[in-house]
Amino acid sequence: MRIVIIGAGECGVRASLALREQGFDGAIDLVNGEAHIPYERPPLSKPSADGVALKPIGGTDRLLEDRIALHSDSIALSIDRDAREVALSNHERLPYDKLLIATGARPRPLVLNGNDVPQARYLRSYDDAKALYDVISPDFRLTILGGGFIGLEIAAEARKYGAIVTLIESAPRILGRAVPASLAAKIEARHRMAGVTFHIGKAIASVSAARMITLEDGTEIPSDVVLAGIGSLPNIELAQKAELTIGNGIAVNGMLQTSDPAIYAAGDCCSFPHPLYDNKHIRIESWRAAQEQGDHAAKAMLGSTDAYQAVPWFWSDQYDLTLQIAGLAMDATEEIERKIDEQASILFHLAADGRLLAASGLGIGNSIARDIRFAEMLIAKRAKPDKTFLADPAFKLKSLLSSAV
Amino acid sequence: MTQWIKACKTDDIPDEDVIRFDHDNKTYALYRKDDQFFATDGLCTHESVHLADGLVMDYTIECPKHNGRFDYRTGAAKGAPVCINLKTYPTKIENDDLFIELA
Ligand SMILES: Cc1cc2nc3c(=O)[nH]c(=O)nc-3n(C[C@H](O)[C@H](O)[C@H](O)COP(=O)(O)OP(=O)(O)OC[C@H]3O[C@@H](n4cnc5c(N)ncnc54)[C@H](O)[C@@H]3O)c2cc1C
Ligand code: FES
Repeated sequence: MRIVIIGAGECGVRASLALREQGFDGAIDLVNGEAHIPYERPPLSKPSADGVALKPIGGTDRLLEDRIALHSDSIALSIDRDAREVALSNHERLPYDKLLIATGARPRPLVLNGNDVPQARYLRSYDDAKALYDVISPDFRLTILGGGFIGLEIAAEARKYGAIVTLIESAPRILGRAVPASLAAKIEARHRMAGVTFHIGKAIASVSAARMITLEDGTEIPSDVVLAGIGSLPNIELAQKAELTIGNGIAVNGMLQTSDPAIYAAGDCCSFPHPLYDNKHIRIESWRAAQEQGDHAAKAMLGSTDAYQAVPWFWSDQYDLTLQIAGLAMDATEEIERKIDEQASILFHLAADGRLLAASGLGIGNSIARDIRFAEMLIAKRAKPDKTFLADPAFKLKSLLSSAV
Repeated sequence: MTQWIKACKTDDIPDEDVIRFDHDNKTYALYRKDDQFFATDGLCTHESVHLADGLVMDYTIECPKHNGRFDYRTGAAKGAPVCINLKTYPTKIENDDLFIELA
């Protein structure tokens, strides 16, 4: 059996390693659209003191040791589903018995009045990050469009370098999609304390060729770099061309299988039904989900019929703060707060019937990590924990696990 | 040359749990499970995060940062995102004191 994986990001690489961990001995081709050795993306927006580094996924030699044929700097152009072949930009053709599409996502481009804005920069790849950090310096004017995770993490980094940072968010608050309002307010306050200027609820009217941003209320913001962090789009074009079913990403079933049983999709590019959330089709952009789905897809390609049901989990680091979110709060009707210390707290999101759906924690360092982990296990068990226990920081959440049904 | 260093009282570590121990500018993690004691390096091999803030489940320590896992008896890395094993150290108990053997 031959397995081809398109995309050597977190998901594709983890899938290739998992195939070997499962004992698969056949050929594995991993198509890497980038010229670098496959690397981790989260450090791109949270570089260490020495600047941005290329952190190889799974270590430097792992792919070689595992006999995974890495085709670097080559793009998969098309999938011939009848011949079961993938055509690459370097004219190679890779035959497959099972194919995994792990093409990830790309930044949503900034469009103003129907036109692309060529002055805008983005952050997705190592090259993007390198180009950005190479120019950030004291008194450098960085204007960030979008108060999402990437924009906020970059804002925190750029302040460390002493840059003049302005962040523009058109919605009524930052992190509107993913984070409860009270935690978002704490994050915003931390950024203001660090000297970031916010324009919230303000739309952009124009960006001049010299990168002067004008807001709709007439405010002008001169900028050396304009960085757009306004969400991302799943890379579905290859699947679309191969006429696979699409719906907010490449649509897959619980085994991460597309509408062609020989083809699977996983990671940022796919939308899958989640058994913990009424089997609603969701697409998540999370590093751990990319790993877990890579692992799951590998097992599925080798014959497992288990449904993917890992609890979604996400983290973000800004300054000394860490945010961790487990689960999805979209159907929650009640919030219970657990104050761990002066700075750290967790919000538990409960459904009308008392089931724990999600937990969002914010604190210094790893202060909220353990409780979020217990919350994650309770979510997986569909537990309906006692609210007074959740609210009491002295109560050990671990003890709820054995009693949860 | 190795030497045995007194790290803590055995009762300082709750059962199935971990604590941090700093010695000579290095940090370690000490574990207890059913009255067996183990010691490893204190920092995760993925991004140098203190494992003592993590979670012990059976013989596994899970990193608080990105949930990388190690078997704390052997130090073996147990899957994504960690790939480098953790260093382990011998332990012994004398009169309710836990000692670890350091180089
Ligand atoms: C700057 C940054 C910071 C982040 N921080 C966090 C964080 O703190 N926490 C968190 O949970 N998540 C974070 N994420 C998200 C996380 O990195 C992604 O969810 C994860 O990388 C998804 O993995 P993936 O393999 O699905 O996609 P990707 O990592 O995007 O990999 C897909 C790969 O496929 C390649 N590709 C696409 N099309 C083709 C083709 N036709 N042929 C060949 N190759 C192709 C792409 O070039 C890319 O290399 C961050 C992302 C970024 C960009
Ligand atoms: S720092 Fe421990 S898993 Fe990443």
